[in-house]
Parts: sequence; structure tokens; C-alpha cells
Amino acid sequence: MGKQHIERKSSFAAAFRAAFPYSMPVLAGFMVLGIAYGILMADKGYGFPWAVLMSAVCFCGSMQFVAITLLTTAFDPLAALLLSFMVNARHLFYGLSLMDRYRGQGALRFPLIYLLCDETFSINCSVEPPEQVDKGYFYLSISLLHYGYWVTATLIGSLLGSLLTFDTTGMDFALTALFVVLFIEQIRPKENRLSGFIGLACTVLALVLFGADNLVVPAMAMILLVLVVGRKRLCT
Amino acid sequence: MYLTPLQTIAIMLAVALGTQATRWLPFLLFDRENKPQLVTYLGRVLPPAVMGLLVVYCLRSTPLTAPRYGLPELIALVAIAALHLWRRNMLLSIGGGTVLYMLLVQLVFI
Repeated sequence: MGKQHIERKSSFAAAFRAAFPYSMPVLAGFMVLGIAYGILMADKGYGFPWAVLMSAVCFCGSMQFVAITLLTTAFDPLAALLLSFMVNARHLFYGLSLMDRYRGQGALRFPLIYLLCDETFSINCSVEPPEQVDKGYFYLSISLLHYGYWVTATLIGSLLGSLLTFDTTGMDFALTALFVVLFIEQIRPKENRLSGFIGLACTVLALVLFGADNLVVPAMAMILLVLVVGRKRLCT
Repeated sequence: MYLTPLQTIAIMLAVALGTQATRWLPFLLFDRENKPQLVTYLGRVLPPAVMGLLVVYCLRSTPLTAPRYGLPELIALVAIAALHLWRRNMLLSIGGGTVLYMLLVQLVFI
């Protein structure tokens, strides 16, 4: 990467303001899940600051819930490393998909890649930043906002989780809804529809064959296989 | 706490390392001028497929054969799709769908 001067189309503040509305569904979803995570960790004896530290360093959502198991059994860091690689293997596809968008962002690429979660990938890959706004700063704003929500929610959960009385059951559906909407946006162009269908079909098949706990890696393998074998068909 | 603080930090770093490897690998391997054509092709066709994967992934634990039979999810999904095709307003579709789902699981399908 080296030292390079990058022309920015707008200030960070302008990009941040443009990005904020796009992050609101994730605010709802992460608040529920992050608070739940903070409470769960506190239940297992990992109150403040442990849960917050986990969220700040690992920032890997569902894997952090899996990691609770790793923290409450015999010490096995190698298993933790391998398991988190497997559970998060879907990120490999995010990098491939975002490579062109994140190119030429210089040092911004470090936080952009470090903070690349499902929701950030989905938005940065599906939303076109407004014309007058710097793309790199827009992507960074989405990444930082999502990260901030997750860490803050964990903090709230680990400090005062038990005091919350508002019934949030179902609120985490905001994340499912986000993916559904962005899926619709992705398959709007006709040439994307076949690929979208392949993604749905392969993952449903993986769910049926391998069950809810082990579907990600088989689904990814099937998607890759179909996309590579069907390359000629998909290129037209 | 079941582990010592040092062991806890070791697990934390292991999880972070495993996760970061999945985030950095594609960039470390392929982010250069003459990347393989296959990688360029995958970068183009993967996004819709991955969004499909994420939708199914989110719904993976929905019970289809026990009471509720996935009905709240199905109704909310149809509403989200309809709202979005009608108004194409992200926040409206997601907000509306989420509130509907919350009402369904808290008041209707109890």
C-alpha cells in the first residue's frame, strides 16, 4: 500500500451523515443481540469488562455466542482458532465481493477489513453511496457505526441488562429483514437473479443435508461449485 | 469464570485471529493488478448468492414442524418483500417488517 495521497470527494462528516440512516436497522438488531450477549456473558461469570473486551477485539457476532462455550469448558485455544475460522468462513466471500470497492482506499482498508461483518458487507456491497459523498469514508462510516453499536450494546447488557423490562422479543428480526431487503436489491438487475437463486437453493439444500449448526461451509462449497461450473451460463 | 484471566485472553485472541484470517485472506491472496479471471468473475457473481445465503442462514433455526410452523416468519417476509417492491424504502421495509414480526410473536402466535 505504501504512502499515497488519496483525493477525498467529501469530508468524513458528510459521508458519516449520509451513511447513518443505512445503519439504523443494524442499530435495532445489534442492540437486542449485543445486550443479550452482555447478559449471557455476565451469567457465565464474565461481567464487565470481559464481554465488552470480547466484542471490541473479536467483533464477530454469532461466533461470540459460540465462544461462550469455549470459555466455559477446558482450555483449548487451538480449537477456538479453528472453530472461529470455520464459523466465519463466509467472510472469505465478502472479501472477494468487496475487493474492487475497497481498492484504492489506502490505510482505510485496515479498519474496513478488520471490521468486515455480515451486516457491513451487505450494506457496503449493495448500497451505492450518494454521488457527492466520498465512497471510502461512506464505507468506513458504516463499518464504524456497526462496530460502535455492537460494543455499546454489549456494554449496556453487561452493566444493566437485568434492569431492562421492555419486551424486545422478535426485534432481532431486523437483521433478517435487512438481509431480505438487500437480497431484493441485489437481484433487481436481471443478470443477478440466477446467482441469487443459486445462493438460496444451495443454502436450503445444505440446511436440509447438514442441519442448522453446520450449514455454512457446505453451502459455500456448493455455491462455489455451481458458480464455477455454470460460469459460461452466468457470464451471458 | 471457568478459565483464568490469562486463559480467557488467549481464547479471545484465538477467536479474533481465526475471524481476522477469514476477513484478510482474500485481500492478501488476490488483491493485485493481475488477479486470476476466476476471482474477478466470483467478485461479480457472488454478492447476490451470498445475500441469499445470509437470508437462509438467519432463518435456519425456524421450527417448521412445531406449532407456529414458521408462520410469523413467512408473514413478515411476505410483508417485507411487498413493502419493498411497493415503496423501495429500506428503512420502511425493514422497520415495518420488524414491528409486524414483533407483534406476531408477542401478541398473535403465543
